[in-house]
Amino acid sequence: MNTDNNELIKTELELRELSEKVLKLAKKYGASDAELSINRGTGLNVETRGDIVDKLEYNRDQGLGLSIYMGQNTGSASTADLSEQAIDDTVRAACNIAKFTEEDKYAGLADADLMATDISDLDLYHPWDVSAEEAIDIAKSCEAAARNYDKRIINSDGASISTYSGLSLTANTHGFTAVVPSSRHSLSCSVIGQEPGDDGMQRDYWYSTSRINNELEDVVAVGEKAAHRTVQRLNAQQISTRQSAILYSPEVARSIIGHFTGAIAGGAQYRKSTFLLDSIDKKVFPDFIHLHEQPHIQQAFGSGYFDKEGVATRNRDIVVDGVIQNYIMGSYSARQLGLQTTANSGGTHNLTLDSTGQSFEELLKQLDTGFYITELIGSSVNGLTGDYSRGAAGFWVEKGEIQFPVEELTIAGNLIEMFKNIVAVGNDVDLRGGTRTGSILIEGMMIAGL
Amino acid sequence: MTNSIYQQVEQQLFEPAGLNESKLDQVFSHLHGADLADLYFQSTRFESWMLEDSIIKNGTYSIDQGVGVRMIVGEQTGFAYSDEITFDALTSSAKAAAGISKAGQSASVKAWNAKEKQNINALYATDNPLAMMTEDEKVALLKLADKEARGASPYVQQVIANIAGVHEHILIADNDGNINVDIRPLVRMNITVIVEKDGKRESAGTGGGGRFGFDYFTQSDRIREYAQEAVRLALVNLDSVATPAGSQTVVLGPGWPGVLLHEAIGHGLEGDFNRKGTSAFSGRIGETVAAKGVTIVDDGTLENRRGSLSIDDEGTSTNCTTLIEDGVLKGYMQDKLNAKLMGEKSTGNGRRETYAHLPMPRMTNTYMLAGDKDPEEIIASVDNGLYAVNFAGGQVDITSGKFVFSTSEAYLIENGKVTRPVKGATLIGNGPDVLTKVSMVGNDLELDQGVGVCGKAGQSVPVGVGQPTLKIDGLTVGGTEAQS
Repeated sequence: MNTDNNELIKTELELRELSEKVLKLAKKYGASDAELSINRGTGLNVETRGDIVDKLEYNRDQGLGLSIYMGQNTGSASTADLSEQAIDDTVRAACNIAKFTEEDKYAGLADADLMATDISDLDLYHPWDVSAEEAIDIAKSCEAAARNYDKRIINSDGASISTYSGLSLTANTHGFTAVVPSSRHSLSCSVIGQEPGDDGMQRDYWYSTSRINNELEDVVAVGEKAAHRTVQRLNAQQISTRQSAILYSPEVARSIIGHFTGAIAGGAQYRKSTFLLDSIDKKVFPDFIHLHEQPHIQQAFGSGYFDKEGVATRNRDIVVDGVIQNYIMGSYSARQLGLQTTANSGGTHNLTLDSTGQSFEELLKQLDTGFYITELIGSSVNGLTGDYSRGAAGFWVEKGEIQFPVEELTIAGNLIEMFKNIVAVGNDVDLRGGTRTGSILIEGMMIAGL
Repeated sequence: MTNSIYQQVEQQLFEPAGLNESKLDQVFSHLHGADLADLYFQSTRFESWMLEDSIIKNGTYSIDQGVGVRMIVGEQTGFAYSDEITFDALTSSAKAAAGISKAGQSASVKAWNAKEKQNINALYATDNPLAMMTEDEKVALLKLADKEARGASPYVQQVIANIAGVHEHILIADNDGNINVDIRPLVRMNITVIVEKDGKRESAGTGGGGRFGFDYFTQSDRIREYAQEAVRLALVNLDSVATPAGSQTVVLGPGWPGVLLHEAIGHGLEGDFNRKGTSAFSGRIGETVAAKGVTIVDDGTLENRRGSLSIDDEGTSTNCTTLIEDGVLKGYMQDKLNAKLMGEKSTGNGRRETYAHLPMPRMTNTYMLAGDKDPEEIIASVDNGLYAVNFAGGQVDITSGKFVFSTSEAYLIENGKVTRPVKGATLIGNGPDVLTKVSMVGNDLELDQGVGVCGKAGQSVPVGVGQPTLKIDGLTVGGTEAQS
């Protein structure tokens, strides 16, 4: 463990030196300001299928991304080669580009007084010292659990273990420099089922992911869940075209929040390419909808004390009582809009949609008759009008109980209406990503099928 | 000429690191016992420029190079890569990749036959597309796009234009002693416009590209055509009405709607899924999977096309592979690993995103051959249906065979005539039987404009699609309007 720490400290020093060098070079080649990110990490990915190791991959990633400003002109460059020559070429390339871009009065670093100063440890770094042999054994037992779960599991796409840990540095010419170590591990399994005598096959999967390997879901449980989900989909039917309420499972409900955050992104607002134009203080959801950002949750995937521009993040409300409080933006979009950055350059930091308290079973009862969706495929979502049409699979529900699996359906509506027609958010929260939500129940959708 | 490609690649990839064939021998000595082992050297220069608000806002340049070392034993693959091309990095990557094989028998590399092997049929010029124009000339392309789009209609509010170019040097050395090289240019241009009329806003985009230099965009009013097409499309969508929901007759226009073929059957015919038996098409060679008259190929040999390659990423020459002939399933697309395990030959479809990714069977340019029907006659034959001419993309579940693709320009067909435009919608179908519902094939085969990207297992590669006008009797359309 000690040697690991020494290695980490050494790499951190290297990255800091490199960063300093790059920022100096940028100034030397004429930049008035510059910002950069550097990452370096290593990983292992193992995929097994049956008794065979399908793939054993060792990853070693590094890269530098740089933006420079010459007054109001911008240039960018990146490189995966961190040799002296490549660094010099990269900085020159960015500075050269700025000679051909035009003055953009909104360009530049975020304001210096917004830089994060309190950068505490968020406990994101837990490297997993797993050998290839151990990883292979774990993946094999996960897949075996899936294959043994039900005799209708006839084939497999395999199981995989992947682990990654590394450092990322963010710096700019305001003097801001921070290095954050982080890790991510995952275990996944995907199997194929077939009903005896039927030609059609179904596949489904399950995965677990965490920054800490000990907190991954039980190996056998992941395999069995993958198999259970697959078997449940056997004998799926198409149903006829109709209007219906839809219950989105937590895994697919996340996409609804994604459509919303896309519509209130600063870039979409200043380009006027959104169906929620000029929507601060507007009510777009029912009263009970609360959406907020919590950047400082220990060990979470979306956590960070600063954004890509070094701006300090903080807890904030995005939707209160169904009303939009503010957009999601970095300093460039904010300046275009005459607003202040919300520290979202590079994305959001742990969004949570508060539950209205119901369990999944209670939501099924509330749905009564309708479509419970567990998978979305393809996407036709018009960001300017909110028109929404996607392929879907899941289950048909009657009297609050799952009746049979359904597939080859599309669902359609308009996001403006869909947001208003949300009637409940479950407490069955999926914690595996940067956006946290339970199941979402939406009324008044069109389902197209037979 | 061919010698000079080899020399250029060697100069780019080997010389800075002091590599040569005897050093390669030493690297391969760590890959004992491989059924197949290869080293994939790559250097990539990428450049792009972006215009918005009528000014050149940003440009970016990137350098990436490295080497991937792969060792295959039976069905098992070991892989490691390095973003430094040095003898030491190669050696440690080879040792890591060799972790796949515990029992090491000795397998020595035969004599290197690089000089003969690189007699490839080059499908594109090797000149650096990034160096063929000055920066001033490149940004002038975007300025022209802005001017043409704004000039096309008073309703245009915003124009976003991009150009991007890539120049790649590739060298593949395998344990049979083959060294293959390629130099690949690739450029594209995209124009997106936002229009506003009577308080309603819409956007649309177009573009084009292929394996040549940026000068392609200066030829024959190309930029004006892209700009006017983007504006036309956005204005059409301003007037769109709700799309009818449910199963209906769909006529697909020529060209880009070939994304249907890519999703419905293309992915399902990739060798890896069929070797593993996980595709809805597994074990179905020789079976009828489409209507008579339907012939579909994957063709990597078309000159200058975005999806084309002189050699694939395993050094195999690309081919025109017949997937479906007159309705009957003929063959799969293969890379070396899956071909070998299935007792077949690689079809030249082994592709990878970069040196840091493993190759797998991927499409190149996938299209349906022309039939004999006049497109007008096809539309006139439909009482009530949908005429879809532009698509935004698609996706497939290869195991269940269910696929989707999403319209970006579509119209109602009423009484044999194309009438009102409808809103974008997702169409869903079943791959193994959708082509059995093809009842008419047009005589107007077109390929797409050259901006397609295909994603599989986290890897993106450039591809092409194409088809003639097609009539499909019954496809589920994801609209909002109940049909009367």
